[in-house]
Amino acid sequence: MIEGILIGLTTALTFQNIFMVMIGCFFGTIIGMLPGLGPMTAIALMIPITYGFDPATGLILMAGVYYGAVFGGSTSSILLNAPGVPGTVATSFDGYPMAQQGKAGKALAIAAWSSFAGGTLAAIYLLFLAPSLSKVSLSFRSPDYFALMILGLTAIAAFSSKGQFIKAMMMVVLGLMLASVGQDSLSDITRFTFNNMNLTDGISFVLVVMATFAMSEALTIILKRNDPTAAAKQVSLTELGSIRINKEERAKMLKTIPRTSIIGFIIGVLPGAGATIASFLAYGMERNLVKDEEKEKFGKGSVHGLAAPETANNAACSGAFVPLLTLGIPGSGTTAVMLGALLGFGIQPGPRLYMTNPEIFWSVIMSMYIGMVVLLILNLPLIPYIARILAVPKNYLIPLILFFSITGIYVMSFNNFDIYLMIGIAVVATFMRLYDFPMPPLILAFVLGGLMEENLRRSLLLSDGSWTFLWDRTLTACILATTILIVGWQIYKTFKKKN
Amino acid sequence: MNINTTKIISLLFFIFSAFYLYTAYQIQVFAFDENAPFNARTFPIYLGYAGLFFSGLKLILPDPNTIKVEHKTLEYKKTAILVLIAIIYGATILKVGYFLTTSFFLMGSYYFLGERRWILMFMLSFPFVAAFMYLLHGVLDIYLRDPFLKLIGVMG
Repeated sequence: MIEGILIGLTTALTFQNIFMVMIGCFFGTIIGMLPGLGPMTAIALMIPITYGFDPATGLILMAGVYYGAVFGGSTSSILLNAPGVPGTVATSFDGYPMAQQGKAGKALAIAAWSSFAGGTLAAIYLLFLAPSLSKVSLSFRSPDYFALMILGLTAIAAFSSKGQFIKAMMMVVLGLMLASVGQDSLSDITRFTFNNMNLTDGISFVLVVMATFAMSEALTIILKRNDPTAAAKQVSLTELGSIRINKEERAKMLKTIPRTSIIGFIIGVLPGAGATIASFLAYGMERNLVKDEEKEKFGKGSVHGLAAPETANNAACSGAFVPLLTLGIPGSGTTAVMLGALLGFGIQPGPRLYMTNPEIFWSVIMSMYIGMVVLLILNLPLIPYIARILAVPKNYLIPLILFFSITGIYVMSFNNFDIYLMIGIAVVATFMRLYDFPMPPLILAFVLGGLMEENLRRSLLLSDGSWTFLWDRTLTACILATTILIVGWQIYKTFKKKN
Repeated sequence: MNINTTKIISLLFFIFSAFYLYTAYQIQVFAFDENAPFNARTFPIYLGYAGLFFSGLKLILPDPNTIKVEHKTLEYKKTAILVLIAIIYGATILKVGYFLTTSFFLMGSYYFLGERRWILMFMLSFPFVAAFMYLLHGVLDIYLRDPFLKLIGVMG
């Protein structure tokens, strides 16, 4: 492991990679602050640029963007009560009231330090757990992978949208259907191309991400421009106040950070859960653990209430890298985008990555530490200046998002058809978003579609067409049982609500 | 059954899944693969049935979280214009070239979104696109086809 850490440090500490972490954190923070634009959009916008670098540098840049965007989301949550990403919704519960009390600077500082601590602690957990998890994952067979992918898709559907499990499952199926377009990987038979040569290679992953996130987000913002509920959120930024944290507040943070970092990391590791669930659970858990007098302060500007979700969401971001790097299964929508980017580099994440590309594996883990430090150094002094990006008029912001999306596709294929296809998917996605059809399950399914078919093919061929492979091995049966539990829980919740 | 837009979307998805399933059954597989436990049409067939199942469930089950969209407050006209500009951008980019089409696309979008500060609009289109092109083409070595710049001798 020491050798691996040294390899990682050597790669991560090159001038180019440190520069990339800084650029990633900076742009991630800015994009994450813009309401509606989360880490997934930020990373999607970066993908075409990363293809100009080697895989390790590209992934380091994306990791920087990821952390930056999560922190940026906290900034808009605290200053405007408009979370840039779902993972920072819980941050606004106590961050925004604190800002209203004239302590915006302090709230931002608590968020920055908690994010830093949460991310660093989770990176330490990752450092020690990832190698052993990668060894365990070597025992995984095709049926286990297939069951794990079903679990991942079911979990993201169950957690991504409150009370909208069936809608999310419809999006999962749609994502898998989109992934099935093009040549079959084994027989080369074309499917669903309708004799259109442009579809023979299938639909590009970047195209689907750009369409369903960046472009559809831009169209949604324009569509809802006159929405009074959205306009009401546009509170002007006045005084930031001091960013200094006193002794009493520090003591409170020291109690909250370790426990919420553990829960954040564990939830991040679970496929499909991610930062949003982690931050809500951490907030709820912290509320139950503090003294009664502190409990009263929750929702009114509590230090515990702000530190808990901030620590947990950053810890979950690190945790999400565990299934991505060791199993090749993304733990969240954002890591699903990163998986797609890795596949674009010709790298197959999974147990073998640790052995075949140790420099990528370890440099990503090491760059997380560096990313955390850079994020803190960059963001604390720049908070008042970065916050001004929130004032960028939408008249300029929207065309620029569309420009980046279309350029991203254009430079990949130099093909008009891809641009039209992207616009078409974006329009459909915008309409579906209006009616709360979640997009992350679609992306995760689209990324996993090919792998899922491949593992089902192997499993069915090995079992001679029998579906008993799903319970023949204890591990497969356990994963399947977890999936059934999640589905059962969703059904129970639906009936409970109805009654 | 209460009919709302979510149900209509589910119905459309149901029809789409039925069409997908029909097309999946039409996939031509090799003769020796016809009776194999898994061939090119197996996974799509399962997906078609899954689509029918979930959209059917959404259609049948009551919808406790009915989404109400205030259509009056939505800016359909501006969104449609923006989509149209993007389509025109896509249609002309290969013939005219990246620089001119992208700059005009940005100018047009700023204008239709209500911007009238011409100097700022210009600065955030032509020089901005030129700088971005330099980053892609000059620094990152990503080829950008541009007949116009080639014609005036700026690009090789």
